[in-house]
Amino acid sequence: MSSVLYDAQGPRAKRRNILFTVVFLVALAALLWWVFGTLNDKGQLEWALWKPFFTGTEAWSTYIWPGLQNTLKAAVLAVVIALPLGAALGIARLSDHKWVRVPAAVVVEFFRSIPVLVLMIFGLALFAEYTNVSSDDRPLYAVVTGLVLYNASVLAEIVRSGILALPKGQAEGAMAIGLRKGQVMRLILLPQAVTAMLPAIVSQLVVILKDTALGGAILTFPELLASANTMSGYYGANVIASYTVVAVIYIALNFALTSFASWLERRLRRAKKSTGAVLSADDVETADAGTVGKV
Amino acid sequence: MFDFLDKYDLLGAFWTTVQLAVLSAVGSLIWGTILAAMRVGPVPLMRGFGTAYVNIVRNIPLTVIILFASLGLNQTLGVTLGGGNDFETINFRLAVLGLILYTSSFVCEALRSGINTVPVGQAEAARALGLSFGQVLRLVVLPQAFRSSVVPLANVLIALIKNTTVAAAIGVAETALLMKEMIENEAQLLLISAVIALVFVVLTLPTGLILGWVGKKVAVKR
Repeated sequence: MSSVLYDAQGPRAKRRNILFTVVFLVALAALLWWVFGTLNDKGQLEWALWKPFFTGTEAWSTYIWPGLQNTLKAAVLAVVIALPLGAALGIARLSDHKWVRVPAAVVVEFFRSIPVLVLMIFGLALFAEYTNVSSDDRPLYAVVTGLVLYNASVLAEIVRSGILALPKGQAEGAMAIGLRKGQVMRLILLPQAVTAMLPAIVSQLVVILKDTALGGAILTFPELLASANTMSGYYGANVIASYTVVAVIYIALNFALTSFASWLERRLRRAKKSTGAVLSADDVETADAGTVGKV
Repeated sequence: MFDFLDKYDLLGAFWTTVQLAVLSAVGSLIWGTILAAMRVGPVPLMRGFGTAYVNIVRNIPLTVIILFASLGLNQTLGVTLGGGNDFETINFRLAVLGLILYTSSFVCEALRSGINTVPVGQAEAARALGLSFGQVLRLVVLPQAFRSSVVPLANVLIALIKNTTVAAAIGVAETALLMKEMIENEAQLLLISAVIALVFVVLTLPTGLILGWVGKKVAVKR
């Protein structure tokens, strides 16, 4: 195999690779040995601690499924609200009018530079002080508020760079045939940009899903991570077992989303129906106008 | 109007946030570089390990990792990371460990994307000129790769600075925990939030602007 870093390997390099493989395997085995040894010493591999997840459905139906439902509820609500808001902000940032462009830019840059946890804590206090949302619903409202404020501004950047990544000729051609500004955006630019942005938007879903866990840890929102804590209390301090199960669920969900995003990206690249560059699914968590769109 | 701030150690919390960010940044740069080297190297087993690590770790919420570090590693398995009996030190170190483990997977991907921007023709031309393996890496490939990694790495750093707030989940006295405490005790919600927001804007906005400028300046034009 040849890459930009090294050439196809000769016999000496192949021998060296085998040596590296063996050394690495030994190191990996030693690490696993140590991990399992420690777990065993502390009695964390006792069947009693893992049993609830493998026999019977109680753990799943009483703890994991309700938690997962809340996680998904918060994530879906956040996406559904953040998407139109983000699109509006992104388009506003491209406006010809300074009084629209500048405030939109300030809002986007402000919420993008603040941690989502700070926004959630703010949301919780805000709903407690100025609204009569019941205290049971408040964590959900706060989590969704925080996620919407942050992700709408990230999505705004994705939308903006998606539109900017389209060739200039698209807008020029549309204006030349007499479309108005709104029509150019609605009929020509947005449809093409949205297809190009899809992978980046799906990857943003992963970020939203992961951030719902903050609500469970700090805002007493009863989502999946909070279920893990309740379970480890109920089933006799099986922190390791509960967290492993919950982590596997998160990994499976997010891995499915990530794989879907990269499948979408490959497919769109191949189809080449849109004229713009397909926005990469990588590093969207840290999406930046300068990098997204340039692959 | 800002009298209530005297009661709280805002500067201390700010300093803790900075410490968390700097220590984790250094740690994840080191571990992320090792991971990236494994992922692009010629040894299949190491490539597999690197890929598996990145795919697993970046799909777990940071909150789960950091809470596990406290509840699982520390309270169940008795890992103290040399912090003795001092809970504050232990939790701080565990938070740094969690941040490093999580962020390094993003560092690895940023470095890898930098390497991927170097066209294979560059290395082939260098080999055709008779440069040795070390020379190809040192003179041709890595300089270009590092230059195009600056902007993605800057984005990872900004995300890391914001992610330090997750350490509040295990009681590390950083800025978000202080904000929570202040909101509970004072009736100054908007003012407190504005101050805290300012702290993070001050930390992240210049970082993004400066590193973005540097990144653009050193980027290889293709």
